[in-house]
Amino acid sequence: MSTSTETIRTVELRDVSVDVTFKGSGPRLFMLHGGGGPVASMPFTDKLAKTFEIVAPVHPGFGGSEIPEHFDDMQDLIYLYLDLMDELDLQDAIMMGFSMGGWTAAELAVLSTTRISKLILVDAVGVKVGGRDERDIVDVFATPQEDLTELMWHDPAKAPDPSQMSDEQRQIVQSNRVALGLYTWQPYMHNPKLPRRLHRIDVPTLVLWGEDDGLVTPDYGRAFAGMIPNAEFAVISEAGHAPQVEQPEKFVQHVLSFVSNGSA
Amino acid sequence: MRAWFFTEDAYPQLPEQESYRSIRVNLPNKHFDPETGADNYHQFIDMWLMAEELGLEIMLNEHHQTATCVVPAVPIIAGILARETKTARILVLGNPLANLPRPTRTAEEMAMVDVISRGRLECGFVRGVPYESAPANVLPYRGADRMWEAHDLIVKAWTTHDGPFNFEGRWFHARQVNVWPRPYQQPHPPIWVTIGSARSAVPVAEHEYIGAVFLAGYPGIRAIFDGYRDGYHNKHGVAPPLDKLAYCALVYVADDEEEARKGGEEVLWYMTSNKVPPEYSNPPGYHPPAVAAQIASGSRGGAGIPLQTTLDQQMARGNMFCGTPDQVFEQIKAFYDYSGGFGNLLIMGQAGHLTFEQTRRSMTLFSTEVYPRLKELTAAYEADEMKEIRAALPEKEGIDLGTFGLDFAR
Repeated sequence: MSTSTETIRTVELRDVSVDVTFKGSGPRLFMLHGGGGPVASMPFTDKLAKTFEIVAPVHPGFGGSEIPEHFDDMQDLIYLYLDLMDELDLQDAIMMGFSMGGWTAAELAVLSTTRISKLILVDAVGVKVGGRDERDIVDVFATPQEDLTELMWHDPAKAPDPSQMSDEQRQIVQSNRVALGLYTWQPYMHNPKLPRRLHRIDVPTLVLWGEDDGLVTPDYGRAFAGMIPNAEFAVISEAGHAPQVEQPEKFVQHVLSFVSNGSA
Repeated sequence: MRAWFFTEDAYPQLPEQESYRSIRVNLPNKHFDPETGADNYHQFIDMWLMAEELGLEIMLNEHHQTATCVVPAVPIIAGILARETKTARILVLGNPLANLPRPTRTAEEMAMVDVISRGRLECGFVRGVPYESAPANVLPYRGADRMWEAHDLIVKAWTTHDGPFNFEGRWFHARQVNVWPRPYQQPHPPIWVTIGSARSAVPVAEHEYIGAVFLAGYPGIRAIFDGYRDGYHNKHGVAPPLDKLAYCALVYVADDEEEARKGGEEVLWYMTSNKVPPEYSNPPGYHPPAVAAQIASGSRGGAGIPLQTTLDQQMARGNMFCGTPDQVFEQIKAFYDYSGGFGNLLIMGQAGHLTFEQTRRSMTLFSTEVYPRLKELTAAYEADEMKEIRAALPEKEGIDLGTFGLDFAR
């Protein structure tokens, strides 16, 4: 559990309410979670909160929140977060996105880097690197849960255990899947136009990857990093799709080193 | 009462059930032998023609990537039968609108079937079953909204006769819409929609469409039919006519109880063959989160285990009417009274390995010995009397609908 003090604020953006977790102090770290749901209370954030003020919104539909009636896909999330970044008046923020949130972060950085100083993508999706007959990213909606666990974790024992969850938590897991489906269904987990646009990213970028990520492989990450000008690519060993969970120490070390030295 | 003969046109010549994880979506089609498949198709078409000869109406449907139903394009079978039959009404139940990319194509197909059959089409619209979100590549979330928008476009296409219109909806866009042919029946064929809850029944009732319930059984039927009746009454100020409601059940009629059980066991294949793992039965946004959570945790079936059920259970649930003609009539009448009445019986009369001859015998007995009594029953229907009959029948409790209800009683 978290040891740093967290504050959750509901930010109203026109007719959409977004819960944003604030944690720690220092330069702002704008953190976008992946398809598994909010991560702001996980142990790795305690370490980061010693250096940064984490600013972590919950994507609408995740964590038990409502999907706004007008939301159809990733574009709606991107434009919501442009508004959120204005509303919070982010300045020189470090933007970090995990998995699906990494896609969101990359799209935001393509649109504008005026509010961010650095970009960190962690096991991110969002581009297509293979041919039309190749699935770059495992179809999470058509894969048995036990297989997904094997693919996503270096140590499957670290995966969340559904048998330890309350009914409410299980329902939130299912709601998260619906939201993930909404944002990523088709084209599956990517925007075909994004590779042509990533050249616009003009801030230092780190692409971090779990070495044993079987959901979206390090090769994919390397190719993704290659599309972003001067992006650095680093692999974290003994970690799968969520290196921040499986190897929090190494993960934080990479982040701190990148932010302070410009190198992971 | 109108009775409709229905078979899913399955391909039951499959390997052992233990050898595959799912009968739907990913069962390799190497198991489909084209020669056997051709024989099957011809036999099913013959069955529908036989049903017409027996005075029954005809019901058809479509499913995708599944051995449980090898009609992936219902307009094709409907088109064949539009030509091959002469008198039967042809019910398509239905076109899975949420999963079809172009509603105007459905409008064209159904109009054509209606014209070829000289106005014998009854056109059903359904959302689609959960397993077909992958074959259709359509997110099931908001599927009902998609279905209704597609419906709006189809009805407008059928009823616009003075040149093209444009449609720019949330889900579907169409330009210069001007379908040829237009329907034979004016303003359009009768419309049916499947209903699985009181809530989903309301818009169907408001449109005065026929609401069809699949296998909700005793545990679900009152709530759903009442949802329809209330929705209808609130909108139109009167109770719905009996023929606005339909119920689909498995039916097998035989000369004696032993034969009936044998045939009933075969028809039960429709349920017991439905082996589908959660990754296909629980796509994101099809079920409400509470139900989705139950499927995912295995507490409500769907873990790749075929439905374990027995003939007696399904008869007790009101999902299966099976026995001698007298018994089947009594079973249907009991369900009819309990439900508050309905004017259409959709008969799942063939499934699995039930042979043509077994099917013929069952449907012959049905049409000669059961059907006339059902027609008398509905002809004598009086709303007030029915209320009293129904009030005298206590709620049946403690019958679990089981996994089956999740996927089919939608």
